[in-house]
Amino acid sequence: MSKKSRVMNVLQYVVLTILSIISIFPFFWMIIAATNKSVDVTKGTMVPGTYLLENIKNLMGSDLQYLTAFKNSLIIAVVTTALAMVVSSAAGYAFEVYKSKARDRVFSIVLLSMMVPFAALMVPLFRLFSKFNNIPVLKWIGLNSTGSVIIIAVATAFLIFFFRQNTKTFPRELIEASRIDGLGEFKIFTKIYMPTMKSTYAAAVVVTFMASWNNYLWPLIALQSEEKRTLPLVISAMGSSYTPDYGMIMTAVVIATLPTAIIFFIMQKQFVAGMTGSVKG
Amino acid sequence: MNKHSVSNRLNRRAWLFIVPSLVLLVSFVFYPMIQAFFTSFQTGIANNTEFGGLANYQRLITDSTFKKALFNTVLFLIIQVPVMILLALIISSMLNNKKLKCRGLFRTAIFLPCVTSLVAYSIIFKSLFANDGFINGLLMNLHVIGEPINWLTNATFARILIIIAITWRWTGYNMIFYLSGLQSIDDSIYEASSIDGASAFQKFRYMTLPLLKPIILFTTINSTIGTLQLFDETMNITQGGPANTTITISQYIYNLLFKYQPNFGYAAAVSYVIVVLIVVLSFIQMKVGDRNE
Repeated sequence: MSKKSRVMNVLQYVVLTILSIISIFPFFWMIIAATNKSVDVTKGTMVPGTYLLENIKNLMGSDLQYLTAFKNSLIIAVVTTALAMVVSSAAGYAFEVYKSKARDRVFSIVLLSMMVPFAALMVPLFRLFSKFNNIPVLKWIGLNSTGSVIIIAVATAFLIFFFRQNTKTFPRELIEASRIDGLGEFKIFTKIYMPTMKSTYAAAVVVTFMASWNNYLWPLIALQSEEKRTLPLVISAMGSSYTPDYGMIMTAVVIATLPTAIIFFIMQKQFVAGMTGSVKG
Repeated sequence: MNKHSVSNRLNRRAWLFIVPSLVLLVSFVFYPMIQAFFTSFQTGIANNTEFGGLANYQRLITDSTFKKALFNTVLFLIIQVPVMILLALIISSMLNNKKLKCRGLFRTAIFLPCVTSLVAYSIIFKSLFANDGFINGLLMNLHVIGEPINWLTNATFARILIIIAITWRWTGYNMIFYLSGLQSIDDSIYEASSIDGASAFQKFRYMTLPLLKPIILFTTINSTIGTLQLFDETMNITQGGPANTTITISQYIYNLLFKYQPNFGYAAAVSYVIVVLIVVLSFIQMKVGDRNE
């Protein structure tokens, strides 16, 4: 190796190490802050403290209803993900398995919705959902309901596209064989397709759960009352207080980040696959 | 009849699989989208509206807050997106080197910011960059600055902070796309060019960039759409301040709806500016992407 390329090689490690530290540091700092008193955080302490339990106690004892928000976030994320897996995957599956000219045309219209910015939907959706509050059968998805946040994320162009792409790897012979065995089309989907495509579903679950867990703008608009708020709303409210208790805020942030961080470390492969929209195998 | 066409019974079944998704997408995307277009011609407060023709669009031209929001959003776009994409490209070409030790560790570390919610990381950044926060303390200890920087209340620094924050959150995300693109490129091409004496920069410029072009185009359009809708970060780090110097279009729409007397018509008109920007910019980027083929 020439001298120049050796220098380049060392430089590479230096750059990557610095970037890695910058990437990890906010996480490290968040954990340090969560275990310390607010005053010590402000003083710039860099050692883990022993104040974590106290911070948790303060957080739970405050009038923020943090536990309620955690429960709301969990219910919304779990129900959204479960429904989305059935509804969006069925559409993605059908677009690929029952190919036809008409359906391909509909599919390209579905894809168009990926380009629609949520900002452009904010006004009409707010008005539409406020109308639901006056219609008895639709009240459960009216403004200020958990349903309003769920229903909007059940069918997304991204998921439909994602399932269609991955259905291309699903062996058609399995469908033919099942038909000969006398299975109906719905049974083929639930009994043959779903179990076969486990890794696709895993990636879709990860990305849908994440998106729902972290969603901020629509819940901010739709959920106005305190007892309906989700975690991002509560954390946002804590952050904008004039006398921030850093220890308590970071404890709240750590707890809110924990579920997605755990999913990331357990299912890193599916996590990445879901984010980039591709799954192999 | 060709063998791909399906029987009538199957055809009806097929639509049954698709209809639930279609109903939801039409109700919550396409119908509201069209509705917003008509609303943008209505003037008035709350539900007391009347047809106002192009009044809302004319108001845009003279609205200084809107101009600020548009300026900020475009500023974030033209500075942050290129910096982030270039950084992600450089990192991913470093990480693609099979001889590099600890590749997995570096990759995981740089991708890690993606697990945080936008609100959570915004709050962390707000605290880190507070007047008495860690970053000011560090810079003062290193004698880079004599006095704390007012990251949150100085217009220029507030903008820089937003750009730093978004870059921290999204660089690893884009890197993953490039890495998976690079993995599909045959290593022997790189080895052959090394033997031919190509420098690292030459390899990056003449091999990596052209080979990754479709993915770069995709991520650029993706980031453009994302940045044009920027909301969570500015809302939680700076609240759009100081004096609207970091307000974005999305946040302005939010303010028009919830901070002042709700003006649905005008908010809808502002939102259509984002729609037009996304369509135009995506179109330009696709054209530029094609031309360099």
